Amino acid sequence: MSEEKKILDQEGIDRALARISHEILEKNKGTAGLAVIGIQTRGAILARRFQKAITDIEKGRIPVGILDITLYRDDLSEIGAQPEVRGTEIKFDIHEKKVILVDDVLFTGRTIRCALDALVDFGRPATIQLAALIDRGHRELPIRADYVGKNIPTSREEEVVVRLQETDGKDEVIVRRKMP
Amino acid sequence: MTVAWTRKDLLGLRDMSREEIELILDTAASFKEISTRSIKKVPTLRGRTVVNFFFEPSTRTRASFEIAEKRLSADTLNFSSSGSSMEKGETLLDTAKNIEALKVDLIVMRHSASGAPHRLAQHIRPGIINAGDGTNEHPTQALLDMLTLMENKGRIEGLHVVFVGDILHSRVARSNIWGLTKLGARVTVCGPKTLLPVEVEKLGVRMCTDVDEVIADADAITLLRIQLERQQEPFFPSLREYTKTFGINRDRLKRAKPDLLIMHPGPINRGVELSDDVANGPFSVILDQVTNGIAVRMAVLYLLSGAIAKERNEDVDPIASDPGR
Repeated sequence: MSEEKKILDQEGIDRALARISHEILEKNKGTAGLAVIGIQTRGAILARRFQKAITDIEKGRIPVGILDITLYRDDLSEIGAQPEVRGTEIKFDIHEKKVILVDDVLFTGRTIRCALDALVDFGRPATIQLAALIDRGHRELPIRADYVGKNIPTSREEEVVVRLQETDGKDEVIVRRKMP
Repeated sequence: MTVAWTRKDLLGLRDMSREEIELILDTAASFKEISTRSIKKVPTLRGRTVVNFFFEPSTRTRASFEIAEKRLSADTLNFSSSGSSMEKGETLLDTAKNIEALKVDLIVMRHSASGAPHRLAQHIRPGIINAGDGTNEHPTQALLDMLTLMENKGRIEGLHVVFVGDILHSRVARSNIWGLTKLGARVTVCGPKTLLPVEVEKLGVRMCTDVDEVIADADAITLLRIQLERQQEPFFPSLREYTKTFGINRDRLKRAKPDLLIMHPGPINRGVELSDDVANGPFSVILDQVTNGIAVRMAVLYLLSGAIAKERNEDVDPIASDPGR
């Protein structure tokens, strides 16, 4: 078993989400026109937490959506068996909305590229802003986050694991050597 | 998820595992949302070519496949036997080899001979989806029936599903029997004795010739059209008598469960196997079936194309399969 390094614990994650929520409100001058869309699976959970945190700070209703980017991946013909499709659920019109796109880890940027393609199929948002709990570097595309919980310098031989209460029973972020 | 999809062909439910069937149904459920968007399209099969190769008349299956292909951004081409070189005496295999030479990725095929797609699958590289072969199987129809059951009942295990009509010539019934029994449903087939296959009970199915006897206990009833085009000799005295004995109407359904589902693979012969008021009535999920057909076919196209890409990559890229890399 390789050694794991804990980067964030539950309080750390809570503080990061609270700070980003304030930043989102500051940059967008309130909740008007805001919408949060999370990328399956952990981005979707974080999106729900952002929705709650933001509406706890300021009144207003913010719609939340879930985005599955599988069908937009650029490597479907490279990898073997098809990845599981978990489904997209955006039950509001994103036209002219300020969309906060949420993912747990920002890495190569390819997932975000897929998400941008998918989002514009749903309409024309006023803006799309990116919030990531972790930015681990190694971008392969010209993409950056507007809101980052924590920047972690990593090597490509490492992996970042985000665990959340809803899916993993506890909140934490760890870095470890990639499993062979 | 427990299984990864590895097949390049979808020939029938007979040789599929419960897990594979459930994977298709789960995937299909996720694909439904795409058809509710204003832009009903994802780029998943961009650059792939799918040929719809229909040797038998078909409206809804063919339209459904074509829509599924287009919503996944595949390029599509339609072949039918009339107007093709088949009429000039070309064999099925030669025609298929020619289609293969056009570098297509998937062939959706309907043929009047049972086993035709199975045979082609052994000889050509593109993946083959059976869209109905003779009286053998029609797997995507059974899958969309199961998705409709799943959506309306939340489960398939333990349901009692009844098929009424021409079971003998029905590939829809056959595929459903394979699929439903694998997923733990109880299946009863009902019709005139001459239209029930001998030894159908060996498939784990109950046989019955009195439709009134099973209605009260059914969770879903699928009506099957009397396929006069497949009947070279008369199997029952008259259509009128058939309707009187087996036709489903509001009167017959008085004893049915309140949440009974009435299903039909189409096309309906209204007034024969199904009365107007039932076809349009509250029990009917016939149009849900049509909608679900698109999602099921998208799921199948998606899963098969992954397996095909894998096969192709292993052929051309020796480095990818080199464990030392």
